[in-house]
Amino acid sequence: MLFPLPVRKGPAPRVVVTGAGIVTAYGAGWRANAEGFRAGRTAFRPITLFDVSRQRSKMAAEADLPDTLPPTRLPARQLKRLDRASRILLLAAHEAWRQAGWEPTENLPLVLGTTAGGMLLGEEYFKRAVGSPRGHHGQPTRALHYQPQTQGRVIAEALGFCGPLFIIANACASGGNALGKAWEMVRAGRTGRVLAGGYDALSQLVFAGFDSLQCISPGSCRPFDTHRDGLSIGEGAAVVALETHDSAHRRGAEIIGELIGYGSTMDRHHLTQPHPEGEASLAAMQRACEVAQVNPADIDYVNAHGTGTQLNDSSEAAAINRWAGHRAATLPVSSTKAGIGHLLGGAGAVEAVVCLMALREQWLPPETRVETPDPICRFPLVRQPTDARCGVALSNSIGFGGANATLILRRHA
Amino acid sequence: MSRVFVSGLGAVSPAGWGVPALRAALAAGEPLPIQGIERPGWYRPLRARLVPDPSPRPAWQTHPRLRRASLLTHYVAAAAMEALGQNCLDPARPPRLGLIVCLQSGCVQYSYRFYKEVLEAPATASPLLFPETVFAAPASHVSTLLGNVSLAVTLLGDPAVFLLGVALVADWLKEERVDLGLVVGAEEANWLRADAIWHFDRACVSSAGAGCVCLSRNAVQSMGVELETMTDAQTYLSSRSRRQSAQAMRQQLEAGSADELLCDGLQGCRRLDAPEQEAWQNWPGSRLSPKRVLGEGLMAASGWQCVAACDALARGDFKAAALSIVGCNQQAIGARFVRANGVAQE
Repeated sequence: MLFPLPVRKGPAPRVVVTGAGIVTAYGAGWRANAEGFRAGRTAFRPITLFDVSRQRSKMAAEADLPDTLPPTRLPARQLKRLDRASRILLLAAHEAWRQAGWEPTENLPLVLGTTAGGMLLGEEYFKRAVGSPRGHHGQPTRALHYQPQTQGRVIAEALGFCGPLFIIANACASGGNALGKAWEMVRAGRTGRVLAGGYDALSQLVFAGFDSLQCISPGSCRPFDTHRDGLSIGEGAAVVALETHDSAHRRGAEIIGELIGYGSTMDRHHLTQPHPEGEASLAAMQRACEVAQVNPADIDYVNAHGTGTQLNDSSEAAAINRWAGHRAATLPVSSTKAGIGHLLGGAGAVEAVVCLMALREQWLPPETRVETPDPICRFPLVRQPTDARCGVALSNSIGFGGANATLILRRHA
Repeated sequence: MSRVFVSGLGAVSPAGWGVPALRAALAAGEPLPIQGIERPGWYRPLRARLVPDPSPRPAWQTHPRLRRASLLTHYVAAAAMEALGQNCLDPARPPRLGLIVCLQSGCVQYSYRFYKEVLEAPATASPLLFPETVFAAPASHVSTLLGNVSLAVTLLGDPAVFLLGVALVADWLKEERVDLGLVVGAEEANWLRADAIWHFDRACVSSAGAGCVCLSRNAVQSMGVELETMTDAQTYLSSRSRRQSAQAMRQQLEAGSADELLCDGLQGCRRLDAPEQEAWQNWPGSRLSPKRVLGEGLMAASGWQCVAACDALARGDFKAAALSIVGCNQQAIGARFVRANGVAQE
């Protein structure tokens, strides 16, 4: 029952990650992505998914999806109908599920973050409704499949589970907040396990939207560079299997890492601009640290939101400077958007998985295209592939509209 | 056990702005007049019930953040402000607010206009429109308007998600992360959305608006109504139909009695209504079906249902009210609210 709430006995349980799946422009799967992030490759190229000939910007980080999807419980007919967002999400969810070794089950919550769901299908619905008003063929299917709850149900069907489906649309902090909410559900005793993640596929409406705001870089984004000229859009997904430490231990599951803190705040400064001093971002980091019972000295790496826009990066840098204090001088920071672009609803989840990679494999993801770090950054930017001891990592998400999320992850040795 | 009380209600609907207008329309029981929405390129207009302009215009509409905001944001703001009502009167001690905005279609009017511009001349598409198309925009604007929102989440899905929002606020209240939690379900009207609804049932009448409940742990602030129980989310799968999910939801709620109210989602569309109709065929008490009067408001309609049920309890008309939300393509969830007269302060 969703209410009354279960009464948790004893302290909140530790929440660990036993499965992680990822799809970005680096490829599908942990290995392809770990190699890309570790090397700091950039994956931007001219857009092929829709017409950008009349846009100011023409580049993005498109994901190459495999021709065939992994075997699941979905019948061939349903597989054929999956839209791009569902395919991306399914690839990531399947990897996480397989790695966790979970079996089909009842009452497993699914918490997803997205900004646009299957917007490519929504756009097609629009074009047909306007272009051929009397032609209704396929329109009901498009209307259904562009909605994110359909993509969530696809995952449940494919992997054989059911339970409440939460879809969080907190703009660019959707993925981070989805993992955070899932973590809170386990800690509160609502459930012992949750599948959680974030995803977004490239779409013309969203790309043109950022282009209309003139905040897309004409080339590739360079977060925290003095000469940064905007963000780059990407697409992808990440999904993690979260469960209590006791549950994972009991069944002998391999633990990839531990989610130990989450903070979310609301920045009321402006719809599209963060507070210049990063007040809400600072509060999210402080809240996450408080919950995780760590302080900046305990953090070994910060995966910044770092979009590459002037306003975001200066605001976030100010927040990190204030939060880290003296620790800032030696605290490695980077934004992995430099390689795969801004995944919007997928960003927070993907970046959490990047942190898991760094924690597990002991390296820090570099931004290799940064030439002149913005002097506002009192922290060192990771600019070269770096092997490093990494025990605790912090990941920031800062959302359009003011939603912020900070996640803190710990290495499981 | 952590108790959750209803502290305020708010509504915007085709009946007008405010809960009294909603209450009067539901009491009259007559379906509101249907208007036509022109569908470009087609001779037959789509059927809808639209929200009338507010009269007088609320003062908060002049807030700088709301001047260019969508109608959707205005609906969310109006319902939230009304539900918050008397709960925020002491500026020296503002409560920590949580805000959950639940949407299915979201800001379709601006999305339509913006994408039309993108297809016509992408280089000059309006940068003023795009930010308003983002699902999170209403929550952002209303957080600024209310001022003391510490947590805000936008949830997407079918209409049953409104109750998931209530469950999330119950979590926040239990963990004492907020003092008051607002759950708003909202939608706005345009021809594309009406067209999509038309594809699923020709008898459906699209409508728009918002419904909001303000929740608290504090019995003193309550309207004498509390949430007693909420079922599991009965998700639709290929192995579990909408009908079976509705039945499962029904079985998790009490049988009911003659002095209880069922506030359901029936709207007079035979095919869409059938699973819910069947699940509740043995209900022994009174029934209220807001969508029959107001139309298919999707997430807004869930809000109206919840507001109507809690309002009837607060006015002492019934001792308990069951809420049945059989969503269109995701899940069925039910809840039971009861009168909480004479409760001691928590």
